[in-house]
Amino acid sequence: MVRPKVCVLRTAGTNCDKETAFAFAKAGAEADLVHVNSLVSATIDLHEYSILAFPGGFSYGDDIASGKVFANELRCKLGEELREFVKDGKLIIGICNGFQILVKSGLLPGNDLLKQETSLIINDSGKFESRWAYLKTKNNCVWTKSLPKVIYLPVAHGEGKFVAKDKKTLERLKKNKQIIFQYCDADGEFAGYPENPNGSTDHIAGICDETGRILGLMPHPERHVLRQQHPRWTQNKKNMEGDGLQIFKNGVEYAKKHFGEA
Amino acid sequence: MSWKIEIRDLPGIFDAVGQGIKKDILDLGITGVRDVSFVQVYILEGSLSEEQVRKICEELLVDPIAQSYKIVLELRSVKVLGEHVVEVAYNPGVMDPVEESALKGIRDLGVSSVTAVKTAKKYLIKGRFTASQLKIISQKLLYNKLIQHVVPGVQSQALTTLETGYQLDLITIDLFGATTKKLMELSQRGQLFLNLDEMNCIKIYFKNLGRNPTDIELETVAQTWSEHCYHKTFRGRIDYKEVVGGKTSKKKIDNLLKSTIMKVTNELKKPWCVSVFHDNSGIIKFDDRYNICFKVETHNHPSALEPFGGANTGIGGVIRDPMGTGLGAKPILNTDVFCFGLPDYPFSKLPVGTLHPKRVMKGVVSGVRDYGNKMGIPTVNGAILFHNHFVGNPLVYCGTVGIMPKEKSFKQVETGDFIVVVGGRTGRDGIHGATFSSGELTHESEKVSSGAVQIGNPIQEKKVLDVLLQARDKNLYDAITDCGAGGLSSAVGEMGSELGARVDLDKIPLKYTGLSYMEIWISESQERMVLAVPPEKSDALIELFKAENVEATVIGEFTDTRKLELYYQRNLVCNIDMQFLHKGNPKIEKKAEYVQQHHREPKIPLAKDLTPFLQRLLSRYDICSKEWVIRQYDHEVQGGTILKPLTGIVNDGPSDASVVKPLLDSKKGVIVSNGINFRFGFIDPYWMAASCIDEALRQIIAVGGSLKEVAILDNFCWGNPDKPDRLGSLVRTAYGCYDIARGFGVPFISGKDSLYNEFTEHGKSIAIPGTILISAISVMDDVEKTVSMYAKESGDLVYVVGETSNELGGSHYFDLFGALGNNVPKVNTVLAKKIFSALSKATGKGLIRAMHDCSEGGIGVAAAEMAFSGGLGMELFLSEVPYKSKNSRNDFILFSESNSRFIVEVAKKDQKVFEKSLRGLPFGLAGCISKNKAFKVYGLDGKTCINADIDELKEFWQKPLRW
Repeated sequence: MVRPKVCVLRTAGTNCDKETAFAFAKAGAEADLVHVNSLVSATIDLHEYSILAFPGGFSYGDDIASGKVFANELRCKLGEELREFVKDGKLIIGICNGFQILVKSGLLPGNDLLKQETSLIINDSGKFESRWAYLKTKNNCVWTKSLPKVIYLPVAHGEGKFVAKDKKTLERLKKNKQIIFQYCDADGEFAGYPENPNGSTDHIAGICDETGRILGLMPHPERHVLRQQHPRWTQNKKNMEGDGLQIFKNGVEYAKKHFGEA
Repeated sequence: MSWKIEIRDLPGIFDAVGQGIKKDILDLGITGVRDVSFVQVYILEGSLSEEQVRKICEELLVDPIAQSYKIVLELRSVKVLGEHVVEVAYNPGVMDPVEESALKGIRDLGVSSVTAVKTAKKYLIKGRFTASQLKIISQKLLYNKLIQHVVPGVQSQALTTLETGYQLDLITIDLFGATTKKLMELSQRGQLFLNLDEMNCIKIYFKNLGRNPTDIELETVAQTWSEHCYHKTFRGRIDYKEVVGGKTSKKKIDNLLKSTIMKVTNELKKPWCVSVFHDNSGIIKFDDRYNICFKVETHNHPSALEPFGGANTGIGGVIRDPMGTGLGAKPILNTDVFCFGLPDYPFSKLPVGTLHPKRVMKGVVSGVRDYGNKMGIPTVNGAILFHNHFVGNPLVYCGTVGIMPKEKSFKQVETGDFIVVVGGRTGRDGIHGATFSSGELTHESEKVSSGAVQIGNPIQEKKVLDVLLQARDKNLYDAITDCGAGGLSSAVGEMGSELGARVDLDKIPLKYTGLSYMEIWISESQERMVLAVPPEKSDALIELFKAENVEATVIGEFTDTRKLELYYQRNLVCNIDMQFLHKGNPKIEKKAEYVQQHHREPKIPLAKDLTPFLQRLLSRYDICSKEWVIRQYDHEVQGGTILKPLTGIVNDGPSDASVVKPLLDSKKGVIVSNGINFRFGFIDPYWMAASCIDEALRQIIAVGGSLKEVAILDNFCWGNPDKPDRLGSLVRTAYGCYDIARGFGVPFISGKDSLYNEFTEHGKSIAIPGTILISAISVMDDVEKTVSMYAKESGDLVYVVGETSNELGGSHYFDLFGALGNNVPKVNTVLAKKIFSALSKATGKGLIRAMHDCSEGGIGVAAAEMAFSGGLGMELFLSEVPYKSKNSRNDFILFSESNSRFIVEVAKKDQKVFEKSLRGLPFGLAGCISKNKAFKVYGLDGKTCINADIDELKEFWQKPLRW
């Protein structure tokens, strides 16, 4: 069986690369940790991969703003490669800092110009927070097929409040069904803080591009791929696998199907 | 020229920074502030066109969705009526953490003419308040003068640069002609913190060489011999006198460390202890392929002066310890334990030169959060305690555990190896840190020692770590150590102590020019590691680091001369014998005296209803929820935190310890816990040490661990050891450590002491309470056996395991009445070991559904925490609690802080097996979990003595530190 190749892209300050690679491996992929310098210097060719993952962390210290310096680097140094990668129908996922990078580089919500239309800004609480969040899911994206209506993942960020440029942009996201994850309570109902941990507009926790192949989310699916990562696993010893694993499996299955021969 | 850019949030965007400051201003008791808005300022230096500046702003500096910017050209900003502007910038020489990334971003944009980027923060404050209130706001909240200043007159600022040249000017110090008085003057003025014996010893050494020392030689010796680096109190001679129970005994101690702490380890000879007490952290076996190592450090004095920077570099420093252990370990978790003054301490009583405890706490927490989170290391365990004697001198303990392939556990420097420094550049920061921490703080400290304060750059350290582990696995170096206190002087001195070392000081990469050869050598700039690299591998090593934008530079070599030779531009500036440096110091002898005080047991009227007391205990700062702190730490990065610091039906109860799985595909886990309780030390430091060890160990048991492979670390934070009473209590503590650790059969693998924790204000010295922290680490064979502390299901049985005695001395219950008491909790290691072992067997068999250890606030607090964390009620019958002493009372049973006790939840179906497993041990079936939300305790007379709603109790517990 072919194991699709995943490029887990890291740079100074990336710190969720290993567990992201672990999640992809568990989902049946072959994941490489690739430093951005290797792509910029063309030592490694992005097109050998069928999935590109931007893991969490604090790229370049999140100096200036979260994900900003890395997003700028991508646009200036790898813009062409990325456009081609997207055009080839390949998959991208950005988690936490990775989502911030996707949004700030304009890869999400996605347009040819790589222009920023939405942002992730400082939490309403004014501080970094780690907590578990329930997420209402939509299935209309490659990454979220067959997910249950509500899943449970941890968040850990200081700048995760989703805002859009204007109402029109937000309406477009809704109309195109690009809003994939929304913070909610255990019953799937929308609620205020702390269920919505950062004050995101419309409780938005994750969005995809129009093709459904590029996904970005603030919560960490890679931190819930094992049963024992659930905060209450000692109580319910029977849970099967972590809620996040299916997301990686979906990506891997899609890549197998579409790029299996590559 | 320079361009000033101001960025602020667009209308409609919530200004979280401004609003946070507004709330903090209210906390100061200043009510007239109507609004605060925050403006981020960038200053770009270089020859730039306005078009380029706009490009930089629009594509890099400004978030187009949430912010707007303006380029500020006018010299003076226009004053808006009713709006006060405070602009805060870094002092010259203080690293601006954003500069490096901003410059990178600008270069990526294709603009190469920017030579420097500085940032400043501008606060626009509206409302009615006086000029002196504004000054208070600025000083207490907006800046710290040690690293920042308020930009005067709100004029557009030019960059202050430190770019000055340096011409070699070799300074020698005349010791030959120096009188006794002069020698001590030299020690004091040079901040060497050396005593007369030591100064004389140096004088004689150089007399024999026939020359006076250079300043760098004297400084190197002072650093190497400092309390911080050499631990001369613990390793010296102590003339100890003890008066306990009316009996006087005397003892001459030669090396306290070897006669107590290390003695336990030597006697126990545990086969799984891999490397103890000689590397940067202690190493134990993890599994057949890996070892783990653990180190806990303190960073108290820097945190007193600049809480954010102090704690930031504190955690940054201890992370480098595992990185510098053996051939380098990967950090897998952090711990932190703090002691502060009370957060509601009156501003009017603050000693001169001290920051308010709340500000200290917020700064310290932010500092740890910033560094730990950015390094991608989960902060999983800690404690926070409060006492007003920590007002001038907080305690900041930071610990890190690392994992390494077992064959990478040892290092060996070879003659001919290149000395390579990797990571951050060297600047003027942190000069005199090692010697500074070897003296007391005074209200002058903030003036004379400000060079000791630094800000860390976690991303620099993360970059170093990323490459270091690759270089390690490619076998590119022979040895490694970190640059901590004492900087290169300490690191190179230590690595070359057996062989000799030669360094060309001018080869060390600098942040800016103008540093003297001595400043280069003793600077404590952060994020640097020193490697011993075989010459033939140095190119490969340097290339590897370069590939990820980390500087690695050959600065010298290890020799066979047994000398430390330092050159600056080919001039020999230091030439001393390693033997003298590391072994030549005179053994100092100190006097220690411990006289046991008798404290009266208070007479406390027994209340019928103890509910209000339970509520008050839950609201004590030491006991209450630390969720506000814990949530700011990323405690789940790396994905291995399977018992989290907060646990419960809504994830907010207090875990006894955390369990981390360092290898995601292995069943094995690591448990870390800590024991700390300075209050018991007020009565008897011996039993403080005992209780701390018991606490750390029982927490491991409580989460499902065992004593099979547990190692502990000691961290002594004490007052001035030159004062016999301070040193006396320290010695007694060390003996407590020996006896109890030996009794439990648990070895120490590493430790640290931080002495001189005193704050002298106008001649009056305030010592911190002598405080020992015991950190424990254990390897768990199968994490599936993990037990969490919150109540699981109604109908389950509740047991109290272990003996409760009339031991309320130093308890929080007594403290509610302003009393200390004398019956301090003791430890019976024989019984405790049996209890611990029986409970681990029970958890191993899956008989225990929840378990919580009893510590501060005793059974009452522990049981209440279990109940409300599980969202379930509980009924407890005090008559069923095993109670040893005669005068049994409801409040004593509930709130005594006796050691080695647990509250255990067991399913009814397992009752028989569980009880059988505890046969012969003190335990009582004391109650059950109930479906309703009532927490009910029935007293010895069978009548209700506590009847409370669990949600209400939880609110009492959560409210105090919900900031």
